[in-house]
Amino acid sequence: MSQVIETGKAFEFTPENVKKAKVFIAKYPKGRQQSAVMPLLDLAQRQNENWLSKEALEYVGKFLDVPYMRVLEVATFYTMYNLKPVGKYFLQLCRTTPCWLRGSDDLEAVCKNKLGISSGETTEDGMFSLLEVECLGACVNAPVVQINDDFYEDLNAENFEAVLDKLAKGEEAPKGPQIDRINSAPEGGPKTLLEKTGDA
Amino acid sequence: MPTLTVDGIEVTVEPGTTVLQACEEAGAEIPRFCYHERLSIAGNCRMCLVEMEKAPKLIASCAMPAGDGMVIHTNTQKVKEGREGAMEFLLINHPLDCPICDQGGECDLQDQSMAYGSGNSRYHEMKRAVAEKNMGPLIKTTMTRCIHCTRCVRFATEVAGVEDLGAINRGENMEIATYLEQALDSELSGNIIDLCPVGALTSKPYAFAARPWELSKTESIDALDAVGANIRVDSRGKEVMRILPRLHEDVNEEWLSDRSRFSYDGLKTQRLDTPYVRKDGKLQPASWSEAFEAIAAKLDGLDGAKIGAIAGDLVCTESMKALKDLMDLLGSPNIDCRQDGAALSAVRSGYLFNSTIAGIEAADALLIVGSNPRHEAALINARIRKRWKMGNFPIALVGEQRDLGYGHEYLGAGPATLADVASGKHSFAKTLKKAKRPMIIVGQGALSRSDGAAVLALAKKIADNFDLVSDDWNGFNVLHTAASRVGGLDLGLLPGEGGKSASDLLDGSLDVLFLLGADEIDTSKLGNSFVIYQGSHGDVGASVADVILPGAAYTEKDAIWVNTEGRPQLGRRAIFPPGDAREDWTILRALSEKLGKTLPYNTLAELRAAMIEAAPHFADIDVVTPAPWGDFGVEGATEDSAFVNPITDYYLTNPISRSSRIMAQCSAAFSKVKTEGTGTNG
Amino acid sequence: MLKDKDRIFTNLYGIHDWKLAGAKSRGIWDNTKALIEMGQDGIIDAIKESGLRGRGGAGFPTGLKWSFMPKESDGRPSYLVVNADESEPGTCKDREIMRFDPHRLLEGCLVAGFAMRAVAAYIYIRGEFVQEAINLEIAIQEAYEDGLIGKNASGSGYDFDIYLHRGAGAYICGEETALIESLEGNKGQPRLKPPFPANVGVWGCPSTVNNVESIAVAPEILRRGEGWFSGLGRPNNTGTKLFCISGHVNKPCNVEEEMGIPLKELIEKHAGGVRGGWDNLLAIIPGGSSVPLLPKEICDTMLMDFDSLRDAQSGLGTAAVIVMDKSTDVIRAIERLSHFYKHESCGQCTPCREGTGWMWRVMQRLVSGDAEVEEIDMLINVSKRIEGHTICALGDAAAWPIQGLVRHFRPVIEERIKSRKAARAA
Repeated sequence: MSQVIETGKAFEFTPENVKKAKVFIAKYPKGRQQSAVMPLLDLAQRQNENWLSKEALEYVGKFLDVPYMRVLEVATFYTMYNLKPVGKYFLQLCRTTPCWLRGSDDLEAVCKNKLGISSGETTEDGMFSLLEVECLGACVNAPVVQINDDFYEDLNAENFEAVLDKLAKGEEAPKGPQIDRINSAPEGGPKTLLEKTGDA
Repeated sequence: MPTLTVDGIEVTVEPGTTVLQACEEAGAEIPRFCYHERLSIAGNCRMCLVEMEKAPKLIASCAMPAGDGMVIHTNTQKVKEGREGAMEFLLINHPLDCPICDQGGECDLQDQSMAYGSGNSRYHEMKRAVAEKNMGPLIKTTMTRCIHCTRCVRFATEVAGVEDLGAINRGENMEIATYLEQALDSELSGNIIDLCPVGALTSKPYAFAARPWELSKTESIDALDAVGANIRVDSRGKEVMRILPRLHEDVNEEWLSDRSRFSYDGLKTQRLDTPYVRKDGKLQPASWSEAFEAIAAKLDGLDGAKIGAIAGDLVCTESMKALKDLMDLLGSPNIDCRQDGAALSAVRSGYLFNSTIAGIEAADALLIVGSNPRHEAALINARIRKRWKMGNFPIALVGEQRDLGYGHEYLGAGPATLADVASGKHSFAKTLKKAKRPMIIVGQGALSRSDGAAVLALAKKIADNFDLVSDDWNGFNVLHTAASRVGGLDLGLLPGEGGKSASDLLDGSLDVLFLLGADEIDTSKLGNSFVIYQGSHGDVGASVADVILPGAAYTEKDAIWVNTEGRPQLGRRAIFPPGDAREDWTILRALSEKLGKTLPYNTLAELRAAMIEAAPHFADIDVVTPAPWGDFGVEGATEDSAFVNPITDYYLTNPISRSSRIMAQCSAAFSKVKTEGTGTNG
Repeated sequence: MLKDKDRIFTNLYGIHDWKLAGAKSRGIWDNTKALIEMGQDGIIDAIKESGLRGRGGAGFPTGLKWSFMPKESDGRPSYLVVNADESEPGTCKDREIMRFDPHRLLEGCLVAGFAMRAVAAYIYIRGEFVQEAINLEIAIQEAYEDGLIGKNASGSGYDFDIYLHRGAGAYICGEETALIESLEGNKGQPRLKPPFPANVGVWGCPSTVNNVESIAVAPEILRRGEGWFSGLGRPNNTGTKLFCISGHVNKPCNVEEEMGIPLKELIEKHAGGVRGGWDNLLAIIPGGSSVPLLPKEICDTMLMDFDSLRDAQSGLGTAAVIVMDKSTDVIRAIERLSHFYKHESCGQCTPCREGTGWMWRVMQRLVSGDAEVEEIDMLINVSKRIEGHTICALGDAAAWPIQGLVRHFRPVIEERIKSRKAARAA
């Protein structure tokens, strides 16, 4: 397996992203620009259709004067860097116990049956990619799927399919809980924090 | 100084000592895989766990600083179980392929599993398989065997200064790899084979060649550069099977450069194994007496002034002494050991690496002139890098701009810049002035030019102007590339009164020219000179010879080598020279008799006594005898041209390496890339 | 039940405005200067007195931790590093603080950072929390623009910066030294200790790594007085705590409650009770995936605090309560966690790299029953060879869920193996 994919196309930040990159670098003490390797990889990935090519990795290395091997180590250690192309909608399906207890297997089945993809695969039309991931940290709203930057919570087969349908049609799908619920408050409304606070 | 108790034995150790080292001082053996004295501490293998009283868990002794009052146990049941556990985890995914593993018989994992393992396996799952990685022509990988100790990665980044090796992925999918499977581009790469505690990284050229217990091991000295690395030559029968480094703290520590480690297959090819005499324009095999007779006939009645001799780079001091004495007896002042024309004189402090190699660690500023130490003396370069990593070591370079493996300031290309430093005009002069132990390293690239003597004088001026030399410090250093050079200068292989130097000896003006292993020469103007070549390999010198006397390579003779520091060291014969080839000094001794100018020594001991008489420090093996500061160099005009490094291809600097297939592969793999760019990322 | 007036996280559910104006209306940034005027020792003493223990899982006394930072600089700056890499399965409390109450965290950064003489705080947020990072970044901008942080922060005369650093998917970065490595742009592989971060932390400088919740509660403790906080809960287990109740309950939720609340009460009052009623309860993981599970009979009377749970051979951890009813295949539930630890092992040290995969593979066979009964003991033995032998606590965390499973559900495992054997024989 090759470590990275070479596209043959040069990669460089857009002028706007060069500015952003410099803001990131400025967050860290002088001479510690290697600290910016993660934000810059993220920036590069966002500019590059959500994946990192060899050219993108090396561009970040050069930008920060960090050896390519160190950049590759980082890119292969963290799960959020995609080293191969992914679909327009990148589904990260949580499969850890709290989500599993509340039906993540059903969501996996939806991906299999409806989209025809398993973990690591992309639909033929390039719309959806699936990656089974570990705990996303939204366990009281389980099961959860992260789609690109957003969490879709309190899913079941039915409302998950509805989300996918909307996305497939190019529509927005409401984010957060997919049931009648305010964020992480219990279904049916908060039981605490009912007294009036200072909030006007 | 902390005092602690190890297994009931009290030891007092230096501050900064680890518990592991303290345990060893107390005589307790601590198993380890990842820990290595010369690398940073990783603490990852968990084999060195010991019990520390009051600590709830076992501690990794390699990573724990020894503290006063610590009570350590290394032989409790808990420790035994901890080791057994670590051993078991290391083995569950390690293949049971010891019978086909080149590490077999010298494998830390094998040895330690015998000592600390449980003897049976409880692991019934599938073992992990890991794809092989390409690391170039020298290193064979079997990554399924890797135990992830990261010694190789730490060596590459810390000692060798290359960032191409790393550990990608995470968890059980972690893999050691080079960036995009490129060959590991370092002159020191072979050391990771020694460092690998298992058979994951083995020698590609040595693959399936021998088992360690079949090999005769001869402790000797490397002769392929002027460092004088201590080596062990492993041979089987008539063949050198491999060459490994031997520990010498003051010279090579425990490292060896790739050319010195992997040129050994060149010992088997292009060999001169019988005398040759040119007949009818063609070199024909001959007997020793035929060869000697041809020489005697040519020399008969010849004036010494019409005879000359050049000693090459791989020539031992014994044969140089014999050559020098023979030329004296023949009445010739025409002798030179500087085949590259380096403008060095007989003043010893003017041609030594006076600071010594270990002394680099005490220096606090460095100016490199006309040299790429990475190619010319990779192990000295590693020492410079070691010093640089400690911090507060400004380094500047005058000469070709190259990636040296450490940060440095580039000052300029040639003598003009050097003159600016010498006159104090250049800002680096202040750095030298401020330093307490400043160093200058002058390479052959600065000296092997027509203005070499003037450049040498400039370097000396810098030494004098900025106090590089004091009572307890000599910061003036000449970096040699030839193993023979310092010994040759010590023994006076320089033109005598009215004598010619190397380049003039090659201009066709002589009737007879004796080339003792001289191959890095321009033979185009030899004209009708009758050339005698004595050496081990059919290279440049042999091709123009009228008589060839087959000699021994450095692995085939007992010899004293003097390294660039001026340190005489004893090389030992590992195998016999092939065919009719003979140890070199005996050839000269026999020839002298034939010529009626018999050299006054019959044994090696007698010859060495003569050498000691000529240069008393030859008596002090492995001792660097400091040379008094003196006058050298010739002040004068310098040219505008840039310094040119003497080595263009690190892998092909000498006849043995040029005969080596392995070195040819390395040259093809690396050398083209090397002449480009200087960036950290190649 | 904790009264609303004693709740710190008044916008836990995001009902109110999370931005600066809303935050101020909830009392955040109210004369922060006065808190700083308590002085470094004053703040640390108050936090010590409050009994606040680290909310990230280990429960180390927060004030004591702050006091380890150097009082005089040797030339190196000191840093506060906020651990917002919330990844412990079951845990989703810091997320709510960051997206709905970010200013509470920022004010805590200033106060805590001042107390430990730090020049800046770096908040390391897990990469998946994109929206949370956006909110936090906006809040940071607001705070700078309002003079609350930066030069002369809140008019205190103290200069203090806050920066956000996003992770990229690695549970191990919640381990403080791995987090520091990651913050330096490396793989998140834990460091060997000593040296401890308070001596050599990020970029070689003295650093303290604190959980989001620990930092966020500090200003409120100082405002209301340490006695208020220590008056809640019981000795050594004081104050309020965010609980995350997930799994087989009728209404999973986050809630702030008093330390020491009975587990049953927590679930029944706030999470609508166990699905199918309390008697349908099988087991609970009381403090995030790393702590051993507890069977129903222990849960009946369990109090939710550090010491009570430790005494029951489990732990409060992050106070993430994962509830499993009787329909649960408890072996599979733990196997899922074993996979988690295998997936999240950094790979650095031998027992964890090799052992987590081994344990998961055996666990897989225990799920299907394709195993020998003797392998249960072997599995426990393997887990003990990992526990306590690794560089960081991930090895322990991988071992404990399995140990808990075998401790309480051994007959279930044995039965599975026997019935599988019987099925194959038939």
